[in-house]
Amino acid sequence: MAAAEKQPVTITWAGPLNTPMSGLLTWVDQRFPMMSLWKDHLAEYYAPKNFNFWYYFGSLAIFVLVLQIATGIFLVMHYKPDAALAFASVEYIMRDVPLGWLMRYMHSTGASFFFIVVYLHMFRGLMYGSYRKPRELVWIFGMIIYLSLMAEAFFGYLLPWGQMSYWGAQVIVNLFDAIPVIGPELSQWIRGDYVVSDATLNRFFSFHVIAIPLVLLGLVAAHIMALHEVGSNNPDGVEIKKHKDPKTGHPVDGIPFHPYYTVKDTLGVVAFLILFCLILFFMPEFGGYFLEYNNFIPADSLKTPPHIAPVWYFTPYYSILRACTEDFMIFLALGIAAYVVLIWRSRATFGFKFAATLIGAVLIFFMKGPDKVVLDPKVWGVVLMGCATLIFFLLPWLDQSPVKSIRYKGPLTKSAMALFVVVFFILGYLGTLSVTEGRTIIGQICTFLYFAFFLLMPWYTRMEKTKPEPDRVVWKAH
Amino acid sequence: MSYAKRCLLLLALAVPALASFSSWASESVRLDRVPADVKPNDTVSLQRGAHVYVNYCLGCHGLAYMRFNRLRDLGLSEQQIRDNLMPTEAKVGDLMKIAMDAKNAKDWFGAPPPDLSVIARSRASGDGSGADWLYSYLRGFYRDPSRPTGWNNTVFANVGMPHVLYQLQGVQVLKAETVERRFGPKEEEVDRREVVRLVLEKPGTMAPAEYDRMIADLVNFLVYVGEPSRGTRETLGIYVLMFLGVLFVLAYLLKKEFWKDVH
Repeated sequence: MAAAEKQPVTITWAGPLNTPMSGLLTWVDQRFPMMSLWKDHLAEYYAPKNFNFWYYFGSLAIFVLVLQIATGIFLVMHYKPDAALAFASVEYIMRDVPLGWLMRYMHSTGASFFFIVVYLHMFRGLMYGSYRKPRELVWIFGMIIYLSLMAEAFFGYLLPWGQMSYWGAQVIVNLFDAIPVIGPELSQWIRGDYVVSDATLNRFFSFHVIAIPLVLLGLVAAHIMALHEVGSNNPDGVEIKKHKDPKTGHPVDGIPFHPYYTVKDTLGVVAFLILFCLILFFMPEFGGYFLEYNNFIPADSLKTPPHIAPVWYFTPYYSILRACTEDFMIFLALGIAAYVVLIWRSRATFGFKFAATLIGAVLIFFMKGPDKVVLDPKVWGVVLMGCATLIFFLLPWLDQSPVKSIRYKGPLTKSAMALFVVVFFILGYLGTLSVTEGRTIIGQICTFLYFAFFLLMPWYTRMEKTKPEPDRVVWKAH
Repeated sequence: MSYAKRCLLLLALAVPALASFSSWASESVRLDRVPADVKPNDTVSLQRGAHVYVNYCLGCHGLAYMRFNRLRDLGLSEQQIRDNLMPTEAKVGDLMKIAMDAKNAKDWFGAPPPDLSVIARSRASGDGSGADWLYSYLRGFYRDPSRPTGWNNTVFANVGMPHVLYQLQGVQVLKAETVERRFGPKEEEVDRREVVRLVLEKPGTMAPAEYDRMIADLVNFLVYVGEPSRGTRETLGIYVLMFLGVLFVLAYLLKKEFWKDVH
């Protein structure tokens, strides 16, 4: 339909305003798909009416993203990405810039809250099977957002140029050293120097304020477009599109996102802000977890802190990295061998079994026993850490349960998920502490359990007895 | 018991397990706590701390992110700051920097004396707040002839800084004693531990309680300097939370009103 042939826009809710406003809206709408965007994504996007507490975190994530961009713009106005000036410029923002402290604390508290919100958002997906067909791409876009967010946080953390900024970046970039053949050149290329230096600070600044935010915004748009294409899941994991009103064609259990979820999410945002402001105004360091104490010491390339810990949101993966000691390799090899045996006993196709065996054999070949380690355990630590984040991508295919939601899954899945949460917390906590022998062993057991949760999922989701899914969503009007 | 409840129980068991890990924390220093009656809004205490700082510390330790005229926060006028707290050649809007050359300082002390603008924030740890650390450190100097300066410290072993305030505090020495705890009549049932403690060997011009009070005021000042906007932050925070409280009620009522027609 040619643009000029579009119907005039009428505003149904505002009587007296109708004439001039609708004239303007018609003018715009004939030149820009304003009304169809509004309808497709808000006024006529039908979302299930039974969303519960866990469904606040999607809109909250968008809210925090906007908050981070807005405060970031003000911080960049005063921050100096220069190794000689960076630390002082942050203190300048904290002291001399009017309300600079507020912008800085909003940004630093926002960073931690971004991860809290995203972790809860992901856990929601895990509980209600939101990654299951047909929402695999929604999940995959979401996972890429999560990885980008980690990159964004990592690059941003260098900018205050404190001791933890500096040595955290040093440790993480040095991980690339472990890659065979190209490792040392690669890490040097990332840093732009032999050590983390002014060159590194400048490029991390560029990544933090331009490159990654652009990627994030694009991905968030893709995440929402994919979601609105297939429709939202809900706590019961049943499709609301199965039951449509024959007259209107809208799902019977669906309600328009606007106004129902816009008002509901507004309530969520206000509740979130209350919690956020409690921390922001009364404990912005949050006991050294949101702003690490050591980061109030300017970066010093000659003084390695005795204990380097990443910020809390990376610590589960940091623990997995540190779990890979030389003694651990034999258990890792045995674990892989056992998993290959398990695959052979499964219903998988011969091709799949063959490929799994081949991959398993190659992996074990490269780790061969404690005293003949072909590749450094450090390499395997990096590989395991990478796998720990990437394995989430496979969830849509690992989960073989006939039902989507935890409400109707059996005892095995429920226990596995509870155990996974505990393990994730333990790994996170261990990652903030220094290494001792006892902690390493606990970290190794938790690393095994972490991967077992994912890798054994095809078996335990299929073995257990599930409850029957309801035909329509469970909902009581209140 | 339902599976959901079982899962909750598992989580409940995991929390104490997590907490017990913290008791394995690496060896830590016992810090004395800053007396509770030293309040961050006590301007008399802060002014005294500023005075001590300017007279005894500012020769070597700058506050390079802090401006002299910001000390108006402590209830001082610009004229009072100029007359009492500033070197004559400085301007009232200047940063509280030091004149000592960092290279010379390194030759003299082994390391240049650090800037103390955010020292109260950086010294916080699992052992206590940054204030506790500073309070213990400034009261922890003792005579140690093996050190180049003749001084050592119980909180910061082999520190490069000499005891600048020894005339006020006097001279402390470290005394080792064996403490016995008897659990039974037999020799194996006696727990003997070597305990070292600080003993004031030669009194200074201040009585110990007076000295401790002065250090508490100095630490209070350093905590203020670590984050001068803290007072504003907490006051503003109360207003913001009150506003959000009202907004929450309105948002709740709005949501309730709209959701009436969802059946």
